[in-house]
Amino acid sequence: MQFMLILNETSEDFAQRNHPEQAQTYWGGWNAFIGAMAQAGVIVKGDGLMAPHAATTLRLRDGKRVVEDGPFADTKEQLGGYFVIEVPDLDAALDWAARAPSARTGSVELRPILPMPPA
Amino acid sequence: MTTQGDKAARAAERVARESYGKLVAILAAQDRDIAAAEDALADALAAALRTWSVQGVPANPEGWLVTAARNLRHNMSRSAAIRARAEPEILRRLDEAQDQPVPSPLSDARLRLMFVCAHPAIDPGARTPLILQTVLGIDAARIARAFLVPPATLSQRLVRAKARIRDAGLSFSLPETYDLAPRLEAVLDAVYAAFGTGWDGLDTLDDPGALTGEAIWLARLLVALLPQEPEPMGLLALMLHCAARRGARRDQQGRFVPLDRQDARLWDRTMVIEAETLLTAAARFGRFGRFQCEAAIHSVHAQRPITGQLNLSALRTLYDLLVEQTGSLGAQIGRAVVLAESGDPAAAAAALDALPTDRVARHQPWWVARARVAALAGNPALQRQHLRHAIDLTEDMAMRDFLNDQYLALNTRG
Repeated sequence: MQFMLILNETSEDFAQRNHPEQAQTYWGGWNAFIGAMAQAGVIVKGDGLMAPHAATTLRLRDGKRVVEDGPFADTKEQLGGYFVIEVPDLDAALDWAARAPSARTGSVELRPILPMPPA
Repeated sequence: MTTQGDKAARAAERVARESYGKLVAILAAQDRDIAAAEDALADALAAALRTWSVQGVPANPEGWLVTAARNLRHNMSRSAAIRARAEPEILRRLDEAQDQPVPSPLSDARLRLMFVCAHPAIDPGARTPLILQTVLGIDAARIARAFLVPPATLSQRLVRAKARIRDAGLSFSLPETYDLAPRLEAVLDAVYAAFGTGWDGLDTLDDPGALTGEAIWLARLLVALLPQEPEPMGLLALMLHCAARRGARRDQQGRFVPLDRQDARLWDRTMVIEAETLLTAAARFGRFGRFQCEAAIHSVHAQRPITGQLNLSALRTLYDLLVEQTGSLGAQIGRAVVLAESGDPAAAAAALDALPTDRVARHQPWWVARARVAALAGNPALQRQHLRHAIDLTEDMAMRDFLNDQYLALNTRG
């Protein structure tokens, strides 16, 4: 079955992405994780996302657009990327989640992909 | 017709009691939907009552129920005729399956479902109740009482947990090599709670051995499944020690006999020996745990008739360890009583008084312990007061009479 790994990172994690000394370690960690998943052939799709400063949130209220800068909620951890993986069950998905760099600093949420409703 | 109806009702009741968990486990394995499996089984049991009273009880009632439940779920409109035609084939297959040797304990559907319920992704507070309800067929009201939680809270937890098992992607096919140790605690707790439930119901159930026997059987499977874990051995030893005393718990008039006055000749020697052997085997791992500790306490009691006296200092050490292990009310109450028996009733009374009032005020063992401690302190007036409370909270009739006799004896003396 398919799970989305929702990779949540801290502001320190996001800061590392462009940090002169830490960037290499940061990206090295992600590349190793993604490489291992790719080699095991479990990736269905996935992306990294720009940091929350680049987020824009829109709501329609009384037919009007309300546009705000930033993510929809100001929390300690923010979505940094996602992968959809194909594995036999939750335990296998948890094993992959445990290898994500953000599991150590932030968190990984696992959600089963909603099966297509019968037409 | 009536006789056949009675027969059908009895057969359906027996299968429901003995095989509930197994049937739910089998039915839920395909799509992990425990709630739907339970509903289907309830419908199948109703259908069984109607059909069996007319056609007679089938040779393999379990097989009949599984087939009926599956049919009811997958195709509500499927006619009874088709079901009847399919039946011989299904019975044949089930007979074949029963003839095959059991390859591994994990092939036991109930055991597998227990480990699914104990998955770390399930709310810890729901794991043991979930096992008790779905695998051992104990009703939610009874579980709520045993766990001292409001019934509404418990049902909500159970519904949530079942939805998670259905949707979160938990696997029902545990590989043989999977590390089950982290899930063991909830499973052992449930098996022991089932044993306790069956035990307390000794006088009311028409088949008193059903639940305790089931618990012992499951503990045996756990020992076989996890030979490197000492705690399943401890649990099995504990339950065997208790079960060995079944015949000695009541006298010929059906009156309650306390452990220290039981006739040891009535204890089942085979069970006592097996329990002691298990405890020794468990000790070799050098990993002491709650169930080994409780079994060791029973072992001390089992040695009383051999040595001629109860080893109170061993009991004190073990209760100290048990309080460390569990911190449970039962352990703290037990420790206080041993303290009083060893000659320090003042410390025992203080320890009992220190327990949280809201948790003990309606807890029968606490009042019984207070009465015992008051007796040892030479305070019959206080003993009588505490006994009064204990009697009011006692449901078991034999136990009630036993306490009542003590109470009346104090009255005539005072």
